[in-house]
Amino acid sequence: MIPELGHLALICALVFSLAQTFTPMWGVRQQSAAMMHAAVPLTLMVFLLTFVSFVFLEISFLQNDFSLVYAANNSNSLLPWYYKFSAVWGAHEGSMLLWVLILVGWSLAVAVLSGNLPTEVRAIVLSVQGALAVGFFLFILLTSNPFDRMLPFPAAEGSDLNPLLQDFGLIVHPPLLYMGYVGLSVAFSFAVAALILGRLDAEWARWLRPWTNVAWAFLTGGIALGSWWAYYELGWGGWWFWDPVENASLMPWLLGTALVHSLAVSEKRNMFKRWTLIMALFAFSLSLLGTFLVRSGVLTSVHAFASDPERGVFILLFLSIVIGSSLLLYGLRVKDLKASPGFVPVSRETALLINNVMFVLMCSVVLLGTLYPLVIDMFGLGSVSVGPPYFNLFAALIFTPLLLIMAPGQLMRWKRDSLGRIKWASAFAGVVSLVAALLLVFLLSPEFSPLLAVGAFISLWIVLHGLSDLRNQTQNADSFFAGLKRLSLSYWGMQLGHLGVAVCLVGVSFSTALTESRDLRMAPGDSFDLENYHFVLQEYRLVRGPNYSADEGVIEVTKNGRFVSEILPQKRHYTARSQTLTEAGISGNLWRDLVITMGEPLTDGTWAVNIQVKPFIRWVWYGAMFMAFGGLLAVADKRYHLGAVARDGEVKS
Amino acid sequence: MKKLLVFLPLVLFVLVASFFFYALQVRKERPVSELASALIDRPFPEFELLTLEGESINRDALVTGEVTLVNVWGSWCIACRAEHPFLKELAESGVRIVGINYKDPKDAAIRWLNQYGDIAEFHIVDRDGRLGINLGVYGAPETYVIDAQGFIRYKKVGIVDDKEWARMGPVYERLVAEEPEGDSDA
Repeated sequence: MIPELGHLALICALVFSLAQTFTPMWGVRQQSAAMMHAAVPLTLMVFLLTFVSFVFLEISFLQNDFSLVYAANNSNSLLPWYYKFSAVWGAHEGSMLLWVLILVGWSLAVAVLSGNLPTEVRAIVLSVQGALAVGFFLFILLTSNPFDRMLPFPAAEGSDLNPLLQDFGLIVHPPLLYMGYVGLSVAFSFAVAALILGRLDAEWARWLRPWTNVAWAFLTGGIALGSWWAYYELGWGGWWFWDPVENASLMPWLLGTALVHSLAVSEKRNMFKRWTLIMALFAFSLSLLGTFLVRSGVLTSVHAFASDPERGVFILLFLSIVIGSSLLLYGLRVKDLKASPGFVPVSRETALLINNVMFVLMCSVVLLGTLYPLVIDMFGLGSVSVGPPYFNLFAALIFTPLLLIMAPGQLMRWKRDSLGRIKWASAFAGVVSLVAALLLVFLLSPEFSPLLAVGAFISLWIVLHGLSDLRNQTQNADSFFAGLKRLSLSYWGMQLGHLGVAVCLVGVSFSTALTESRDLRMAPGDSFDLENYHFVLQEYRLVRGPNYSADEGVIEVTKNGRFVSEILPQKRHYTARSQTLTEAGISGNLWRDLVITMGEPLTDGTWAVNIQVKPFIRWVWYGAMFMAFGGLLAVADKRYHLGAVARDGEVKS
Repeated sequence: MKKLLVFLPLVLFVLVASFFFYALQVRKERPVSELASALIDRPFPEFELLTLEGESINRDALVTGEVTLVNVWGSWCIACRAEHPFLKELAESGVRIVGINYKDPKDAAIRWLNQYGDIAEFHIVDRDGRLGINLGVYGAPETYVIDAQGFIRYKKVGIVDDKEWARMGPVYERLVAEEPEGDSDA
């Protein structure tokens, strides 16, 4: 009964989302305020129905209703309740339901928090959001229904959630990531509204910036969390594999980053308007494209979803309609937008233009690298795989100049600046960074590592320019701290975001250059020394989890005779799927991670063991967190206080 | 001309989308599992793993100058059981077979071999599937034909039976014919 109710709620949500699409759009055409206002309650209705549907699917999972095909394939009665809960989005069908729930959630947020928008703009934005939801509801109901029953002979027991997904990271990672992917739809809808109404000004950019920033922050957090999960769960010490699925999330992020920056120019200087529009359209288009690549089965990947060409055809048709019509609209309407005022080569506009070009370039590189094997394969030219060497090379070639320019770029003034004004700050930063980077390299590494040197130099270069900018911003105030207080939250957001880039870069370059790894054969009582750490294997023991049993190694780590940590790597055997999983034992702090994984059982109770010391690895994710918080902090700025304005409006009416 | 430039994004997108439609059509006739491995005509990847007997082993033990079938299997894999009798016939007729025991608990693998018979010279234990990733394994069973120099010349995803041998056999025979003289008796 419960799954049927969920199914019914989903169908009703589809019907209401059709109304949400057509009513406000028709209202704009007829200039009927009532129809335009109807968008808000309709959006609320769609959200509630989708939410109910999602809750009913959750209940079915928590109650072990294995008559549902989807539950039988992805859950098990022995799973702890929190994994039953997250198993709902552990595979294709349920994750699409989560996706659409988040989509209508964003729509609701726009409906509720946009009281200060002109009625027409809000009506069109909600109508476009509704149309997107219609597409996904149809997709779920026609090709990927999680409420399908296995009747009349239901399964007695579920075949369990993939053990790799039985993890805290996977409870949180998809929702965060989808918040980002789907959040970009708001930028898309605003762009469509701007094109339809022929209105694109600084105010438009001000409405859109907070939405874009929040979506971008979620996307950043989601990607970082996914990479962290890959690091400790796949257990090979790597954290980014340039896998097609990872690339699918990276591409919208790259364009989203470009969009966040070009919106700044559009808001402050009323410029780059066409470009901003294109970025807004493409960032979400790439989210859709990623969905297609991951779920249609055209690409192979270590962690692609179970694939089905029928679904592929559906998503492709849907994304062709969405992207094709929006780009057609762009072609037809963009000339109505007034041209931008000019600017001179030395200005913040130029720096941000370079930023955008670089991010678009990187996104193209990732797209080409992801599609190239497919193109070669399709035209019968054999098969190739494009691996990390290609991506790493281009990432280095593109990000090095980008980051070198980013640092002085944030010192530059809008409209017109002179290099003479910032040259001393940059010269100072350059010399100090160079000396400090070289010192650091000699202290940390026995032989000269160019990667380490460049990483350290650029990170310091960024931080010193940031500090120098802080000094510039505060020099007119009575005191440094009085000046700091006066700075806006959006300024702090930028500083924090850019600091995050530096931190992340330290993590990437230092951990890559300095990681030490050893493969050993260890018996109880054996010890080993690596990088001043003394590892003693105390024992191997058998432990039981709720739905698995595991061999566990107990390894005590000391440094200079002082206890550091006890590390417990496991080799788990999940009974329902008879699958084995390596659970790395990690002891980490700010400066280094100690990662131990158990390999093969050898004769007479010894195991093959891999020990790694990875300096600064966590900085990769700390940096990403700084970036995400920077994006959120900027939204908290006074000038975006949508809620305050909306409430005022309600009181008056 | 400049006016038409605003349609450039649309044109680009139409091109990409048409390609995807084409790709989906191709995939319908030729699902991923039947794709040739990216490693065809490339050397068998380097590895350092253990055998089922617990001995350390690397690529040199695999590449001995003899044409070899490398069979990816697991005790959990029903289809592997189905192809086992045919592989046994091949082994008895003198084909060298090496197993890759793929993502399998060791005791289960040994029990399986005791029950159905061990036809391989030895089994490489790929518990984590790391070698499988380097090889581009989609799932068990898979069978690779390796030439005398250790190059992968053929790959079959799925079971090897007499129907499949009609394709794989000629490749095998041709490679044996090219094999340097005298090595096979050593």
